[in-house]
Amino acid sequence: MDFAFLLETFVRLAPGVPLTLRLALTSVVFGMVLALLFAVMRLSRVWPLVLMARAYVFIFRSTPLLVQIFLIYYGLSQFPELRYSALWPILREPYWCAILALTLNTAAYGSEIIRGGVQSVPHGQIEAARACGMGGLLLFRRIVLPLAVRQALPGYGNEIILMVKATALASVITLMEITGLAAKLISETYRAIEVFIVAGAIYLAINYVITRIIQMLEYRLTPYLRPAATPTAARTGEPT
Amino acid sequence: MNAIEDAGAAPAVRISGLHKSYGAYEVLKGVSLSASDGEVVSILGSSGSGKSTMLRCVNMLEIPTAGEVAIGGEVIRMKQGRGGMQKPADRAQIDRLRSNIGMVFQSFNLWSHKTILENVIEAPIHVQKRPRAECVEEAKELLAKVGIADKARHYPAHLSGGQQQRAAIARALAQRPRVMLFDEPTSALDPELVGEVLKVMRTLAEEGRTMLVVTHEMDFARDVSSKVIFLHQGVVEEEGAPEAVFGASRSERFRQFLKR
Repeated sequence: MDFAFLLETFVRLAPGVPLTLRLALTSVVFGMVLALLFAVMRLSRVWPLVLMARAYVFIFRSTPLLVQIFLIYYGLSQFPELRYSALWPILREPYWCAILALTLNTAAYGSEIIRGGVQSVPHGQIEAARACGMGGLLLFRRIVLPLAVRQALPGYGNEIILMVKATALASVITLMEITGLAAKLISETYRAIEVFIVAGAIYLAINYVITRIIQMLEYRLTPYLRPAATPTAARTGEPT
Repeated sequence: MNAIEDAGAAPAVRISGLHKSYGAYEVLKGVSLSASDGEVVSILGSSGSGKSTMLRCVNMLEIPTAGEVAIGGEVIRMKQGRGGMQKPADRAQIDRLRSNIGMVFQSFNLWSHKTILENVIEAPIHVQKRPRAECVEEAKELLAKVGIADKARHYPAHLSGGQQQRAAIARALAQRPRVMLFDEPTSALDPELVGEVLKVMRTLAEEGRTMLVVTHEMDFARDVSSKVIFLHQGVVEEEGAPEAVFGASRSERFRQFLKR
């Protein structure tokens, strides 16, 4: 092993980390908002909304992310309406094309995860909320969503990790994130194995941190799933 | 407001001509019932007699197919929905009336992600918009009253069934309800835990709370109720003061029911 080269590779790839994280974070956040919207549509009993949400999920889950990225990057410029619109300065940027593709993709998966979480909320607990006068948004915000989030968290954690890895595909539309820089370095050095080992290790490190954060969140949100060894010590301060 | 009867004289709960069908199966075939303030009405009947359905119609957890429900003299407005089924005309009216009705379920239905204290203060703060400090104070008193003051910061999953049901009673009381509905509150409990819940319910009855109780506890019905209703196949088969109906019921079916 040429450790000096590995170290040098790391130094060359590290500048790609912020872009990778920015792509992942932005699309996960936007995607989550969209996912919630599509999940609510899917669970509404208004059939045009249900149909739209189902069609959306079907299309974005059933086509490769790579194809979606290409279609957005090369395809949008085919529409003169878009090319001359106020959005064009944003949509012609490969960065925003990647964000758009990643967001739309994760929203499809995320909406199904959230839907599963919402549907797992015990009926009796919803009924108890209705019985004391809760309805509509209040019921959703105070009872359904908190319980659904707890149920959906492991699945959503999975999706976030998948998204971090999916950002690698943004390299095909010229973005110099970790994988983009790795490909560039390989074309200069022809040392694919070492470069990809380092690139892989960087993703591994990022996802390790994310995994721990999600675990911590899960732990904090579900004290009721653990035995009540020292329940009073676990909670201090006023309830929320 | 339409259809508000004289508030002083109006019963806390009045049900008249209630029908409920699931498809072709008719659970309730025109039942009527009225409970004045301070009355404890026990609703008895074998399983499938429609007693839980009737109770759940009071706060519209079940929507009656026909008939009228009035809370404190205010009639719940209904409209014709699709397929000739009636449905609530005004969701806001129902939410408002529900916040004035406490309900205790067979399976407790405490919110599992909230502590016992959080369960109790939820509706007062977020539905009734009362000041938090006042709600917390009152919640602590209620938890002490049902004997689980030390469990305030525990989660429902960490309590026994009896404790959970007492917490659920405290949660319902925290709404300062005009009426309390109990839907078989002791049926899911181990026999040795039934007593602690019944004891709390007796205390509430003695305080003069208005209660509608669907139950299989004959001793409770006999000792505590001001009125007993016996449902059989969706109709009121027997109705009257406990000493009258338990002593010498005219209904052969009710006498049979008591023997079991």
